[in-house]
Amino acid sequence: MDHVVAALAGLFVFAGLYLLLSRALIRMLLGLTLLGNGVNLVILSAGRLGRIVPPIAPGDAKVPLAGAANPLPQALILTAIVIGFAMFAFLLVLAYRAYQSLEADDTDRMRLAEPPDRPQPPMSY
Amino acid sequence: MPGVMQDVATHPLDWLVILPVVLSLIGAALLLMLREAREAQYWLALALVAVVLATDLALVLRVSEIGPVSMTMGRWLPPFGISFTADIASAVFALAAAGVTLAVLVYLRHDMPDRARRDGAYPLVLLLLAGVSGAFLTGDLFNLYVWFEVMLISSFGLMVLGGRSIQLDGAVKYGFLNFLATTIFLLALGLLYGTLGTLNMADIIARAAQAEPAVMASIAALLLLAFGMKAAAFPVNAWLPASYHAPPAAISALMAGLLTKVGVYALLRVLAMLLPASREVLDPILMAVAVATLILGPLGAIAETNLRRALGFLVIGGIGASLAGLAIGDEAGLAGAATYVLHAMLTITALYLLAGLIETITGEMDTRRMGGLYAAASLPSALFFVLMLAVSGVPPFLGFWPKLLLVEGGIEAWRAGAGGWALAAWIAVLANALLTLIAGSRLWAHIFWRPGHEDATTEAPNADLKRLDRAGLWLGLGSTGVLTAAVLLLGLWPEPLLGFGKAAAAALLHPADYIAATGLEGAAP
Repeated sequence: MDHVVAALAGLFVFAGLYLLLSRALIRMLLGLTLLGNGVNLVILSAGRLGRIVPPIAPGDAKVPLAGAANPLPQALILTAIVIGFAMFAFLLVLAYRAYQSLEADDTDRMRLAEPPDRPQPPMSY
Repeated sequence: MPGVMQDVATHPLDWLVILPVVLSLIGAALLLMLREAREAQYWLALALVAVVLATDLALVLRVSEIGPVSMTMGRWLPPFGISFTADIASAVFALAAAGVTLAVLVYLRHDMPDRARRDGAYPLVLLLLAGVSGAFLTGDLFNLYVWFEVMLISSFGLMVLGGRSIQLDGAVKYGFLNFLATTIFLLALGLLYGTLGTLNMADIIARAAQAEPAVMASIAALLLLAFGMKAAAFPVNAWLPASYHAPPAAISALMAGLLTKVGVYALLRVLAMLLPASREVLDPILMAVAVATLILGPLGAIAETNLRRALGFLVIGGIGASLAGLAIGDEAGLAGAATYVLHAMLTITALYLLAGLIETITGEMDTRRMGGLYAAASLPSALFFVLMLAVSGVPPFLGFWPKLLLVEGGIEAWRAGAGGWALAAWIAVLANALLTLIAGSRLWAHIFWRPGHEDATTEAPNADLKRLDRAGLWLGLGSTGVLTAAVLLLGLWPEPLLGFGKAAAAALLHPADYIAATGLEGAAP
C-alpha cells in the first residue's frame, strides 16, 4: 500500500512539475494543483496507511488500537486543501484577468514588468 | 495519560506573544466592515498598528527580561497543542515589522490611488502584518506554513490593488513562484512529520538529533529550496525584480521590507536551530548560494535603469549577506545574519518609500529620464545619500555593523579550519559592499547629480520636476525621514543592535531556554 501511494505521489509531483515548465498559464495552474495533490498524498502516507481501524480509543483505554491511522496528518491535509483551493481560485482569476488585459496566456508574451529589447544601461557615471 | 492537558493558566504577561497576531487579525476584520467609512478606516488602521507596535515592544522587553516566552493553544500541552514561542530574534523582528508597517501606513495616506483604497488596501496591510507577526512568533512548523499562506494571499491582494496591467503581469510571476515555494515547504513538512512525528519546533530540536542524518539532510535541503525561493536567493530570485516595482511604491516598500526577510528568518530558525546536523551536507551549497547572491544582486542593480527594479536587486544582495552569516554558522556569523535582517527591514523600506517620492517628483520610473533632483529637492537628496551609504555598509552607517560581524565570523571560521569557503564568504561580503556602493553612486549620479535627462544637451535645470504637495511633504517625506532617522541612530549608537545580534545568535545556537519555555525540558536529551 505504501509503495503504491508513494509511486502515485511521485507521479503527481512529476506531472505537476512537467506542467509547470510550460509557458501557458492554464497548464502551469493545473501543474500547481497536481503538485499540491501529490504533496497531500505524501502527508497522508505520513499518517500510516492500512486497513480500516478507527482512530478512537475504545472503552476506557487511553490510546487508540494499534494500527490505527494518525488523524493529525489528515487534519493537516484538510488545512492544505483549503489553502490550496483559495490560492488556486485567486490564481485562476488572476490568469483570466491577465488574459483579458494583456491578451496573452503565454508567459513569454507577458513582458510589461520586464520589457524585452531595452537599450543598454547608461555608460555615464 | 497524565500531563497531557494543561491545568495551569498561562501567565497573563505571556499572552503578549499572541497579541500582535490577534490584534492584527481582528483589526483586519473590523477594517473590512468599515470599508464605506474611508476616513475612519484609515485612523483605525493607524491606531491598530500603533497598538500592535506597543505590544511588540512589551514583548521584546519581557523576552529580554525572562528569556523565551511561550503560550500553547487549546489546553493541550506541547507537542500536541500549537505553541507560539518567541525568543529575542522573533520578538525584535516582529517589533521591526510593526514599526515598518506604521511608517508605510502614514505614507499610504498621500500616495494611494483611490481605487486601491476602495478595494481594501488597509485591511490587506493589517492581514499582511498578521501573517508576518505570526510567522515570526510561532513555535510550530505547520503553523509557520499557515502564516506564510496568510502573508502570501494578502500580498497577492496588495500586488494587484488598482489593477493596472503591469501589476497583473508582476502578480502572475510573483504568485506562481511563491505558491510553488510554499508547496515545496508543505512537502518538506509532510516528510518531517512522517519521520519525527512532531511539528513543534522545540520538540523537533530534541528528536532530530536522534533521527537518521541523511533523511534530515534531504528534508533540510527541501526547506532550503522553499525558503530560499521566498527569500529570493540567487538561482531562484527571478520573481523579485519582475514584480516588486509593479504595485504603488508604498506597497512595494512594505513587501520588500517584510516578505523576503521572513524567508531569511525561517532559514535561520530551521537550519541553525532545528536541524543543525544537516549543515554538514548543506553548508557548501549554502555558501555557494550566498556568495553568488552577494555578487549578482548589486551587479544586477548596476545594470538596471528602472529605479525600483534596481532597488529590488539591492534587496537580493542583502539576502546574500544574511545567507552568508547562516553559512558561516558560528556566533558572529549568525549575529551578523540577524542584525542584517533587522537593518534590511528598516533601510530597504525607507529606500522604497524614497523611491516613491522620487517617482512623484520626476513623474518617471526610469533613471535615464530623471536628473537634477539635487538642486530641486535637497531633503530627499540627503535621505537618499544616507540610505545608500547605509545599504552599502559604509561606516558609521547601519549596514556597516552586520557586515563587520560577518567578516569577523568569516575570518574566525577560516582560522578554525573551515576551509576556503569561509574565506570566500567574507571576501564576497566586502565585494558586495563595494558593488552596492557603485550601484548606489550610479543612481545618485543619474537621479540627483546631473542637471537633466540622460540626453539633455544644455546645463539648464530639469524643468520637468514637480514639487511635492503639502501632504507629500509632511506624510511622505515625514515617514521616510523618521525611518531614515532610525537607521542613522542605530548606525551611530550600534550598542543595542550588537547586543541584540549576540543574544539572537546565542539563542539560535543554544536552544535550551527555548525548549524549556515550551515546557518540554523532560523530553530533551
